[in-house]
Parts: sequence; structure tokens; C-alpha cells
Amino acid sequence: MNMLEVRHLKVWDQKSHNVIIHNSSFQLKAGQCLAIVGESGSGKSVTCRSLMRLNKPGIQQSGEIVFKGEYLNQLSDKEMRKRRGRNIGMILQNGMRAFDPSSVVGVHCKETLREHFGWSKSEIEEKMTKAMERVLLKHPMELLNKYPYQLSGGMLQRLMIALALVLSPDIIIADEPTTALDTISQFEVVEQLMGLRESTGCSMLFVSHDLGVVQKIADEVLVMRHGEIVESGTTQAVFSEAQHPYTRYLVSTRRELGANFNMMMQEDNMC
Amino acid sequence: MGLYMVKKLILSIPLLFVISFLTFILINLSPMDPAEVVLRAQEVPQITEELIAQTREALGLNKPFLNQYTDWLLACLQLDFGDSYVTGESVWSLIGPAFLNTLKLTLVSSAAIIVLSIVLGVNCALREGTLVDQSIRGMSFLLTALPSYWLASIMIWYFSVKLDLLPTSGMESYASYILPVTVISVGYIGIYFRNVRSSMLNQLNEDYVLYGRASGLSEKKITLHILRNSLQVAVSIFCMSIPIILGSTVVIENVFAWPGLGRLSVKSILSRDFPIIQAYVLILAVAFVLFNTVSDIINAALNPKLRKEF
Repeated sequence: MNMLEVRHLKVWDQKSHNVIIHNSSFQLKAGQCLAIVGESGSGKSVTCRSLMRLNKPGIQQSGEIVFKGEYLNQLSDKEMRKRRGRNIGMILQNGMRAFDPSSVVGVHCKETLREHFGWSKSEIEEKMTKAMERVLLKHPMELLNKYPYQLSGGMLQRLMIALALVLSPDIIIADEPTTALDTISQFEVVEQLMGLRESTGCSMLFVSHDLGVVQKIADEVLVMRHGEIVESGTTQAVFSEAQHPYTRYLVSTRRELGANFNMMMQEDNMC
Repeated sequence: MGLYMVKKLILSIPLLFVISFLTFILINLSPMDPAEVVLRAQEVPQITEELIAQTREALGLNKPFLNQYTDWLLACLQLDFGDSYVTGESVWSLIGPAFLNTLKLTLVSSAAIIVLSIVLGVNCALREGTLVDQSIRGMSFLLTALPSYWLASIMIWYFSVKLDLLPTSGMESYASYILPVTVISVGYIGIYFRNVRSSMLNQLNEDYVLYGRASGLSEKKITLHILRNSLQVAVSIFCMSIPIILGSTVVIENVFAWPGLGRLSVKSILSRDFPIIQAYVLILAVAFVLFNTVSDIINAALNPKLRKEF
């Protein structure tokens, strides 16, 4: 069953008539992880934003986005807002910038959970504490009362994962969740993302240009270049028998860069 | 936070001393001999060397400079700014009511400026590039460019004379505030709302706005977060605008015959009434230091990083 189906997605800049994504169609199957890889500016993040209808002002989109048989592109703004977070969650690249710098991080969690579930303060605290312990964040209540600049990028990333655990959406869009982190934090975050998938059974759209991480987590891969999908298939197939020369080039170069990460993952498996 | 406030307030005290000293020096650098000014004001027919010497003695002008300063400062701390050279009345009895009148005008104008700048700035930022945004920006450009005395005259002619809706001058009722407050505010709003607008726009591109939206938060909640982060620059400007308006109401007060500081100070400068000028400069300087401290404190409340550094 397809959790999400995108048909003929086109995204363009209204003013300059610059087309950012030409004609993308892909499916995300229930419980699967689909990775979008490609270089910076290839349209990966724009694709993610378009799925949530959160393009920057002046950016237009057309095409169909079908989520569990429902056409997201036809929903009213209010209905669409209800889907965000609750049905389709997002995890951003830079934890440091994903939270309001002038509020303690707990404010965002509280506001989000209250918006979707209308829980009381104690209920929210209880659920958040449990989820934060699951992603190995110690002293949850203290952490929730800290400002973003007092925490590390990895911690904030895990906090986003904890919030997603509580919301348990059907789809999680992770936009380069490991890019801004050092190797050790990357490892922890990927572990937690995999845990998140296991415990909520959600589908995941994983955007990255780190093929090492992609190989570890994804079931299927889309390769994007200049706003077009140049290759798609199972992770195994794309990595071993890539058809497009660009994919072969990516695989050969990125493998060397991802060596560190792979080494850590293997060591972990041995333990 | 409480500790931060106390520290900030204590730090402003040395600054106040420096300002009072500079005020005192500047007045004493003036080429006119105060004794002569007093004698002229009393319309003494013949000013002799002997008379001047006597007056200098009476005013304490023969004491060493530092003694004069400490005497003046101690008296000032008790709100005793001396007597006017011209009328002989105590300076406080002249400047106190005038200060209060100008303060009322300033505070009402500042409130109007702050509220309207934020409302216009936020609305323009959220509707960037639309007709609303463009027309508000165009209008404000026009209004800011108008000289205030011209705008004041036009408004008196239209609203007071032609329509007979509002008083032309004085401060008899609440209605008297409408015209001067409008004229003062218009210029400032045109500049400040742009500041609010552009810092809002900067914040709109931040990741936390995207994450808030992607989490399904309402636009109202997100706007409050953005506003809080974008107001930090504006708070400093708003707080500094209060003493600036306090010191620059001269034109408006003259046009609307407002019995305030601006008119009193111009009159005193023309008649070289030093004690009043001294008190005027001192009051304004204290207002600057005070509001600067207030803006630091508000910013610390808005931005946790500022608190931490202290």
C-alpha cells in the first residue's frame, strides 16, 4: 500500500519563472524508508517542503500529492495545518536553529502537543519525559527548561525525534538530519531514527547526501539532479548496479567520505 | 533577571555623574558673565564693576569651580535647581509643570508610535509584496517626508478651522492631544515600522518558523514567536525615541501653544537664563540614560543570551 504518492510535482519561482522541480513522481510505501539523495540545490529540500505545502512565499507548485487516498493539494489551509505534525512530521537539519532561540525548548513541544491533542501540562510532561528517555536524553524536565543555545545539535535533533515519537505521525520527513552533526552524534541520531521507525511503524522520507547513512537506513532510493529524478530503485540495486552515470559517480565518491560512519556502525554491530 | 536589573541600574550611576559634570562645564564655558545677565534682567540702569562683583559674590561665582559644582549637584539632587536669573522664581516651579506637560505629550505619542509601528510592521511583513504592503510603505514615505510644522499647520487649518472638530492650540482637554500627537507620531512611525517589518522578514526565513509550521502550530502562535525575536532592535529604538521626542518638541509646542519644556527652553536660551538651561539639559540627559537602561532590561527579558553574558 502506498502511504504517499506524488504525481507530476512541479515547483517554480513565480517571479523569475525559474523551474526548481520539473516533473517528479514517486511513491512512499507504508512502513518503508525512501531516501532522496543528490547534491546541494538538486531540489531535495524543496520536494520535502512541497509535500507539506510549506514553500517559501513566491514559490508555486502543481501536481498531486496523495496521502492515504486524500489529495493534500486540494485541502484547505486549515485542514492542511491539522495534518502537519500529527500525520506528517518533519525533522530538520540544524537543531540549533529549529527552535525559537528566545524560548526554552519545552515551549515548542508544549505548544505542538496542545495544538494536536489538547493535553494538560502534566500529561504533556509525562509523555515527553517518557519519549525523551527513549532517545537517551537524560534529565528530561531540566532539558525542556533550557534554551536552544544551551544544548548541543545532537541533543536538539534527538529532542525533535522524541517529539515525533509522541506525535507518532504516519510519515516522517527527515531533511538532512545528520548533516550538521559530528560522526558520533550522527551515529546516535541515525540509531534513534531507526528506533522511531520501529516503534511507531511510520514511513520515512529521508533526505541526505551522505550515502553511508542512506545505505544503512533506506529501503529505496531516489537520486535527484537539477530538479529531476535521474534514478530510483531499491537501495541495494542503486548502490550495486546504478544505471545513470551521475549515480555511479555519487556512489564512488561518497563511499570514501562515508567510510568513518560505516566503520562506527560496523563496530557497533560487532559489540 | 532581578540581579541583572540591579546591576544595570547601579552601572548607570557613574554615567549620570559624568553627564552632570559635563552639563555644568558647558554652561560655564559660555562667554556671558552670569552676574551681568542677572543685572540686565533686573533692569539695573547702570552696571558698574562694583555691582558685578557684588552679584558674583551673592551667586557664589567666586568660589572654586569644583565647589560650585558640588554645591549645584547637591542642590539638584534635592530638586533645587536654583532661581531663574530673569524672573527670580525657583527653576523647579517653572520647569516642573512644563516638564510634566511635555512628558504627557511624549508618552502619549510614544505609545501611539510603538503600537502603530508594530501593527503596521507585522502586517506588512506577513503580506510582503502585496498591494497592502506597498501602499502602506508608499504612504509612510510620503508622510515622513513632510515637514512637521507644515503638516501641523495644514491639520489645524483643516480639522480645527474648516471642520471645527478639534481645538487649535493649548491643552484644555483630551481632544487637544489629537493633533500634536498625530503630527509627532507620523514621522517616527514611518521610520520605525520599516524596522519592525524588515526584522520580521529576516525572522520569517529562520528554520524555527518552518519547524513551527511543520509541527502544525497556528499562524498566530508562530507570529508571536517571530515578533518576540524581531522586537529586540525595535525596543532599543523605541526606548531611545522617548527622550528624543522629549527634547525635540520645540516646533510642535510652538505651533500648538503647548505649555511645555520646548517653549520654556527656547525662551530661556534667548534670555540666557542659565539655571533653567542647566536644569533642562540635565533632565534630558538623565532621561536618555534612564531609557537606555530600560531598553537594556527589556531586551534582556526578551533575549536569554544577553542575560547570560552578564
